[in-house]
Amino acid sequence: MLRALLSRALVGLAVVGGVVTLMFFLIRLAPGDPALLLVGPTASPEQIESQRRSLGLDQPLPEQYATWVGRFVRGDWGTSIATGRSVAAMIAEAWPATVRLVGLSLLLSYVLGILVGAIQATLGGRLDTTLSVISVTLFALPGYWLGLMLVMVFTYWARALPAFGAAGFDADFLTGWSRIADRLRHLALPLLTLTLIGIGGTARFVRGAMLDVGRAPHVAVARAKGLPATQVTFRHVLRNALIPVLTLLGLSLPALFSGAVFIEAIFAWPGVGRIMVEAVGARDYPVIMAATAVSATLVVAGNLAAEALTAWADPRLRSEQRSGANA
Amino acid sequence: MRPGSLLLDGRARFGVAVIALAILVAAGAPWLAVDPVAQGDVVATRFRPPLSTGPTGTFHLLGTDRFGRDVWARLAHGARISLTVGFLAVLLSVAIGTIIGAVAGFWRGRISVALLGLTDFALALPRVVLLLLLASLWQPSAVLVIVVLGLTGWMTIARLVHGEVRALAERPFVESAVALGVTAPRVLLRHVLPNALTPVIVAAALGVGNAIMLEAGLSFLGLGVQPPTPSWGNLIASGRDTLVNAPWVATAPGVALVLVVVAATLLGDALRDRLDPGHEPRVAGREA
Repeated sequence: MLRALLSRALVGLAVVGGVVTLMFFLIRLAPGDPALLLVGPTASPEQIESQRRSLGLDQPLPEQYATWVGRFVRGDWGTSIATGRSVAAMIAEAWPATVRLVGLSLLLSYVLGILVGAIQATLGGRLDTTLSVISVTLFALPGYWLGLMLVMVFTYWARALPAFGAAGFDADFLTGWSRIADRLRHLALPLLTLTLIGIGGTARFVRGAMLDVGRAPHVAVARAKGLPATQVTFRHVLRNALIPVLTLLGLSLPALFSGAVFIEAIFAWPGVGRIMVEAVGARDYPVIMAATAVSATLVVAGNLAAEALTAWADPRLRSEQRSGANA
Repeated sequence: MRPGSLLLDGRARFGVAVIALAILVAAGAPWLAVDPVAQGDVVATRFRPPLSTGPTGTFHLLGTDRFGRDVWARLAHGARISLTVGFLAVLLSVAIGTIIGAVAGFWRGRISVALLGLTDFALALPRVVLLLLLASLWQPSAVLVIVVLGLTGWMTIARLVHGEVRALAERPFVESAVALGVTAPRVLLRHVLPNALTPVIVAAALGVGNAIMLEAGLSFLGLGVQPPTPSWGNLIASGRDTLVNAPWVATAPGVALVLVVVAATLLGDALRDRLDPGHEPRVAGREA
């Protein structure tokens, strides 16, 4: 078990390395010169050249790559070309905001989505049809548009919730409950946007998984034994249906992080996604690279966690891996 | 499967109807709607609400935006770009995915391992991050969006085709074709692939919705189709600043987008239930 996880972790590390390498060469192959952006259009060729030299861009590509990798693994992530700040500090400030938003939305959309999907699969009938229509619509909502619509309703019409940022301008002067309330009010709309879409996807999936399991022979046996319906639903159907849901959790993580990029851009949420969008526009190589590495790591780590959870939840997988390790 | 039997399914009927309507509107845009860039006196014509008549007697079904442009006209012309980009991007992913999946499933050994490794790696890439980078580093355009969406969307198809081809390659009719001396590429093309395409059709139907949504997302961030050429994404973006004065500008293209994506999803669901009864559950994640 442990050994299997360790080897998966190594594969994950290789994936992160691959992603980062790919990005490194892609952004340097693309047209656009950060030195040019930095010195401005009126600079002389000598000024551009010296700017390129100070950024290390005059070196051959493989050499730039080796230097970058060497510094990066030692924790020296360089300074942002656009802002002049330390990249590590920028990322360190940003990633908790992304994890807070994505993590909470993940939790809420799975809890509520499993609930809705289970209700649909168990009760069926007209309620199932209605909820199906709702969940497919939620699933089809583009996050950036849903975000705008929620801002229109809750910020402009109801004047109830803020539309930008993670805290108010006066946040530093607030204490205790009012500070927490301020934070929560700012979290509300981005979280609602991501979660509504997430509930749609999860409910659709859970409904399908439960209907599939419901047709399995062991469920027929359980019913034939005369077990109460609730026990069959919870013990025999839901528990088994949740195994693919856990796998889904891992697979949907990249999508969730991707979705968060749009949501962060809409709501000016100070996370990794927003930093990425800004850095991409400014050709800010060190920031793009660090943000890519961090988001790839978060995705791979999330996948690993989901895989470990699946293995823990599914006894068949546990024994398979054990016998595999012994063989 | 008879084509008629699919239409017994309410979801398929809805899906086909909405998508057909969208295609009709897109194709007929020049006749159905006035020129989307036509501008008169901006102050007099801007921010007309839906179902109103402008000073020159032009009827505005969905109102006008801040430059006095007719929202319905821009929506109809935007449909051309959004639908074309969506369909072509999926076509490209299907082509790449089918080739990689078929080769990996038909020829075992090193090629297969390498191709499957590539697929797994590409699947682990954060797609939107890649889209953002590619779309912003090169000059944004509709063609770039198609290429980028196509290059980042083939992995699910490759996995599906790989599974199907692998299973089919062991079936007696394939073995007999090989025994008759049919060349390997011909066996793959004529005997295996046509039987492996069912799940691809389903995945493609579901993929079109996602591709349209991602195109709109990129255009929304200013990295896709560039204004003044209308696409549903940059229409939503242009309505973002006038949410208070003219909420219809951002609302209308969003509703159109959601309708088309719901239609593609329902059609995909219905197709899957018809064609592929023992399907694998699908990934619920989506990216925009």
